[in-house]
Amino acid sequence: MIHSLFLVNASGDIFLEKHWKSVVSRSVCDYFFEAQERATEPENVPPVISTPHHYLISVLRHRIYFVAVIQSEVPPLFVIEFLHRVVDTFQDYFGVCTEAAIKDNVVVVYELLEEMLDNGFPLATESNILKELIKPPTILRTMVNTITGSTNVGEQLPTGQLSVVPWRRTGVKYTNNEAYFDVVEEIDAIIDKSGSTITAEIQGVIDACVKLTGMPDLTLSFMNPRLLDDVSFHPCVRFKRWEAERILSFIPPDGNFRLLSYHVSSQNLVAIPVYVKHNITFREGSSQGRFDLTLGPKQTMGKAVEAVLVSSQLPRGVLNANLNPSQGTYTFDPVTKLLTWDVGKINPQKLPSLKGTMSLQAGASKPDENPTINIQLKIQQMAISGLKVNRLDMYGEKYKPFKGIKYMTKAGKFQVRT
Amino acid sequence: MLDSNKDALKLEAMKRIVAMIARGKNASDLFPAVVKNVACKNIEVKKLVYVYLVRYAEEQQDLALLSISTFQRGLKDPNQLIRASALRVLSSIRVTIIVPIMMLAIKEAASDMSPYVRKTAAHAIPKLYSLDPEQKDQLIEVIEKLLADKTTLVAGSVVMAFEEVCPERIDLIHKNYRKLCNLLIDVEEWGQVVIINMLTRYARTQFLNPNINEGGGGDKTFYCSDEDEDEDEEKEKKPYVMDPDHRLLLRNTKPLLQSRNAAVVMAVAQLYFHLAPKAEVGVIAKALVRLLRSHSEVQFVVLQNVATMTIKRRGMFEPYLKSFYIRSTDPTQIKILKLEVLTNLANETNISTILREFQTYIKSMDKDFVAATIQAIGRCATNIGEVRDTCLNGLVQLLSNRDELVVAESVVVIKKLLQMQPEKHSDIIKHMAKLTDNIQVPMARASILWLIGEYCEHVPKIAPDVLRKMAKSFTNEEDIVKLQIINLAAKLYLTNSKQTKLLTQYVLNLAKYDQNYDIRDRARFIRQLIVPTEKSGALSKYAKKLFLALKPAPVLESPFKDRDHFQLGSLSHLLNAKAGGYQELPDWPESAPDPSVRNVEVKESVCGPARVCPVNTFPTNRHSSAPPLILISASSEPDTGSGSESVSVSVESGSPSDSEESEESSESDEDEEEEEKEKKKKKKEIKQMQASESRARSKPDVSFQTIAPSSALKNYELLHRITGEGLSVEYCFSRQAFSPDANMVAVQMHFTNNATSDTKNLHIEDVKLQSGMRVKEFAEIELLPAGEATTAVMGVDFCDSTQAANFQLCTHTRKFFVSIQPPVGELMRPVFLTENEFKKEQSQLMGMNEISENLTLDAKCRNEHAIVQRVTTAANLSRVPCGSDKECRFAGKTVTSGSLVLATVATKDEGAAQLTVNCEKMVIGTMLVKDLLLALTQ
Repeated sequence: MIHSLFLVNASGDIFLEKHWKSVVSRSVCDYFFEAQERATEPENVPPVISTPHHYLISVLRHRIYFVAVIQSEVPPLFVIEFLHRVVDTFQDYFGVCTEAAIKDNVVVVYELLEEMLDNGFPLATESNILKELIKPPTILRTMVNTITGSTNVGEQLPTGQLSVVPWRRTGVKYTNNEAYFDVVEEIDAIIDKSGSTITAEIQGVIDACVKLTGMPDLTLSFMNPRLLDDVSFHPCVRFKRWEAERILSFIPPDGNFRLLSYHVSSQNLVAIPVYVKHNITFREGSSQGRFDLTLGPKQTMGKAVEAVLVSSQLPRGVLNANLNPSQGTYTFDPVTKLLTWDVGKINPQKLPSLKGTMSLQAGASKPDENPTINIQLKIQQMAISGLKVNRLDMYGEKYKPFKGIKYMTKAGKFQVRT
Repeated sequence: MLDSNKDALKLEAMKRIVAMIARGKNASDLFPAVVKNVACKNIEVKKLVYVYLVRYAEEQQDLALLSISTFQRGLKDPNQLIRASALRVLSSIRVTIIVPIMMLAIKEAASDMSPYVRKTAAHAIPKLYSLDPEQKDQLIEVIEKLLADKTTLVAGSVVMAFEEVCPERIDLIHKNYRKLCNLLIDVEEWGQVVIINMLTRYARTQFLNPNINEGGGGDKTFYCSDEDEDEDEEKEKKPYVMDPDHRLLLRNTKPLLQSRNAAVVMAVAQLYFHLAPKAEVGVIAKALVRLLRSHSEVQFVVLQNVATMTIKRRGMFEPYLKSFYIRSTDPTQIKILKLEVLTNLANETNISTILREFQTYIKSMDKDFVAATIQAIGRCATNIGEVRDTCLNGLVQLLSNRDELVVAESVVVIKKLLQMQPEKHSDIIKHMAKLTDNIQVPMARASILWLIGEYCEHVPKIAPDVLRKMAKSFTNEEDIVKLQIINLAAKLYLTNSKQTKLLTQYVLNLAKYDQNYDIRDRARFIRQLIVPTEKSGALSKYAKKLFLALKPAPVLESPFKDRDHFQLGSLSHLLNAKAGGYQELPDWPESAPDPSVRNVEVKESVCGPARVCPVNTFPTNRHSSAPPLILISASSEPDTGSGSESVSVSVESGSPSDSEESEESSESDEDEEEEEKEKKKKKKEIKQMQASESRARSKPDVSFQTIAPSSALKNYELLHRITGEGLSVEYCFSRQAFSPDANMVAVQMHFTNNATSDTKNLHIEDVKLQSGMRVKEFAEIELLPAGEATTAVMGVDFCDSTQAANFQLCTHTRKFFVSIQPPVGELMRPVFLTENEFKKEQSQLMGMNEISENLTLDAKCRNEHAIVQRVTTAANLSRVPCGSDKECRFAGKTVTSGSLVLATVATKDEGAAQLTVNCEKMVIGTMLVKDLLLALTQ
């Protein structure tokens, strides 16, 4: 399956290579570089490249290309998904997944890759199993290791590997037993010129941080489970129970994990939290353009809209923008033509606005395209779909855990066309 | 540092070496120093040494051998992790010398206590296979064993090994099919992907097409069958009943659509797309749309697949139309794929919304994307007639766009659209003619010129003017434009020669001295064609027809149109080219293979209690209750019509064993369909039999003691009706003894006179034979009236060789050269031997005279009865009774020399079998083995 893996940084250097079968020469990456050159944007590099003897499948994360070399037929998603899993694992281990972090921990990276793939076929990708095999590097542990001479590598087969619940290890102990759940929803929407919604959907996830002793069996029930008709689960969730009773029943993994992600696609359920009044015009013949933008809260159920960030890619002809924000700060990058306006919190009494003029390149004709406006925002204490957790019960253990739940709404791919 | 005796120092050294390897620097010089540390106690050092070893062992084979003993010790370690990692490293060292050691280690590990070690063993199988493909047979045995493993940990890995080593051995799956289906949900996600893909292929070979009754759907394979029509009809009337195993697969994979792993979701989606009844395929749409939120690489792959699906099953994704709307932040490749999907989804009801969406896209800053959008509009317009005018108007507006690329693209698309209905749009053509001054993109210029030329009658005033302008700039144009200028000139010359004669001459003269030979060629050709000269031939009369013929409008179709012959979700599908190691997705079988092969002996078999029916309901007509009769002579047996079965069964030894009985009984219900077919076949056979019987009766002297032909005779063509001018001749080897000469093979010839006149004096002349061969001609047929048929028997002594007998077949008017070439199986006649005799004879024909071959029986030929039938069809042998039900024996002797021919088919598990032929004549033996192999495997 996966023959080799090359890690390529933004400047086109291969800074790590690993082979699981016979060694494949680095020169195979030349095809990749060729494709990279052809693509104008880094994300436009085709994920699958066919070369005379190999196929290259790449993913781009954190400005690092992970290029896998394949020799024969394999489902491409299989490889892509695996590469993403590798990145997630690195992030889990080192906190960040940057070139520097990987270079600093090159040995751990190698050990990890060795465990994750055997002969190109995934072996152990579950993070808690890996963590038992290879302990994540921390400053404290490095010190202890240098003094006592113990190692980072586990000597026993991780217990999870053989059990029916491979995601959880046995013998977990905590002094404070706690279980936190974050319900995070992102709104993806396209709003057209006149302010009507073209598409809107909600992508929600429930992330959990569970630190419980022993083998707890949790059940989570919702006030309005009918909202969730399109869901995907962590493997720990008992699917039968969900089908029958609409209750999430599971033995949780230890630590942080994504319990479930869901998708609310019917438009009428999606409330749009903000509205945008905009007037962006370029006059024919003059080298000036008007820019006028006002934001206001819409359906927010009384909650404050925070951390609002507006960004827009202005046409190439724009030379500079001279704007005046009523609150927050704005920046305009004359090279990339990207305008960003950090608004902060929206005050319903005094609506934030950004007004001013744009200067066009001398002699350039009026741009015929209109910029789209991307908006990011946060609303605390609310899930915009109205999803509510009813209760969380624990079976199988005697102690009383500390439970907590948090809701948050964010804008995902929220675009306003002008 | 590596020589130090402190672990910490060694570790530090190893870390540096590994860092070197990671950066791609060569560290092979250190090999000896590193290998020494393979036995180090410190587990981290050990692991790093392993990493090093696997990387460099291939280059330093000899030194790598030093480490082997450590691994062998490791394989016996009580700690399963150490056992497993020892096996992993051992199998990863690509050194050919240790293949036997690896094989041994894998075999041992395959029966290890720990499932983790067994999993590692499964991983090691493809490694060994890639190192030494010779080991395939042994490895298959290990795979077979591991497939039977019940732990989820092993299942994924062993299926992976199966796919890499022996994907064609689908028979190994039968017994494990239900177990795999039931375990599937608990297998780790990577294993799930592999298993689902494999099961898709399996199901395609084992179950019937669930959409068969709905017709259409592109699944025409069934109707292409050359079976006679009434059988088709019969089948169609029969309601389709899904095999419970098929249902089991669909049911057990469905929850996996909810997996968090995109690859699993995709695998299930393709399974449903390829296997599920139409009504149920819809469930995958929602899951696939959900994947669109994932990373852009995932989106890319999913959209590719969705694009293919939307062509075949548009309705499935229609509710999710809006999820494919494009955001300005999407990467270009995603945008273009989404556009493709949107175009595929467009229909009368949603076209207006889609077009409105497209309008916004045209204003995008991404020019590649705009060009793609224009093409998409063009495709929508061709597919949906109602909006054609709207689209056209929109595109014409785009012609005034400032961006040249946009204009050029619109021109090209407009050209295609106009071709559909040119009459109404002369004003558009005029408008475009004006554009020639401004547009510089060659493709667009060429398109405009072509349009004007094609429809010059609609714009009689403008066209010559355009030509004038073009003639002026001819030398500066691109080749493609030049060609179109010549084209335009020619067309105008034909329609309006008064105004354009000189211009055309001028253009052609310019072209004559062009640098490009294509253009020179074209100019020469056109000049000859249109300019009337005294020599100009008949062609110039048709010049007008040639140039101004109505051209069919081009069909704009999706690039994803034919991609669905690749298994969805596969690399090959994505690239639209076969990737190495791609396994074709087989077509549905026409009739379901025996479902009972999946029955597992153990009671807990999950599905279908109705499967096994009691033995006494078993239809009795299948086995005639004949006593263990041994000799049947053709003429004395009154009931030849009871078909081949009775014969073969009656030769069977005394009591058929119970296991066989029950196995056959279990197929009864589901097999009704098949049975019906069989009955039909039998009827046909009976007819033939009766025919041959009647022939036999007409020759009462053939009471020779032979064993009845046990299957339908194969007809060969001697003379085709067309070459024979109405006379057609077929022949078959009747397998009767030829009475005038016992050393001859009887050839039965069947003459049919299809001509309108009678044929007289049919006889044989001028026989050309290899030395030693002889022919006994049939008596001359004096008259064969038109439309009548007759048969005659001739004898040929082939001298136990497969050389052809050539002769002339003469009628009163003509002579035809014909030849008869016997298959080796016809050069013998059956003899009866008892089991002991057979063994005795066989023991005398060992060594050079024995040829044996391993084979995998065809799926339809697993039971004894089928084997007997196939062997006896292929060769004129008789069955020898035998005590074991695992072996079928056959005996015969060659016609001329009378040397014994003994054949044995020993069946093993899972369709494997061994064929042994013992014959004094080695040539005959080898040829017979070939023929029998063919008969048994196909």
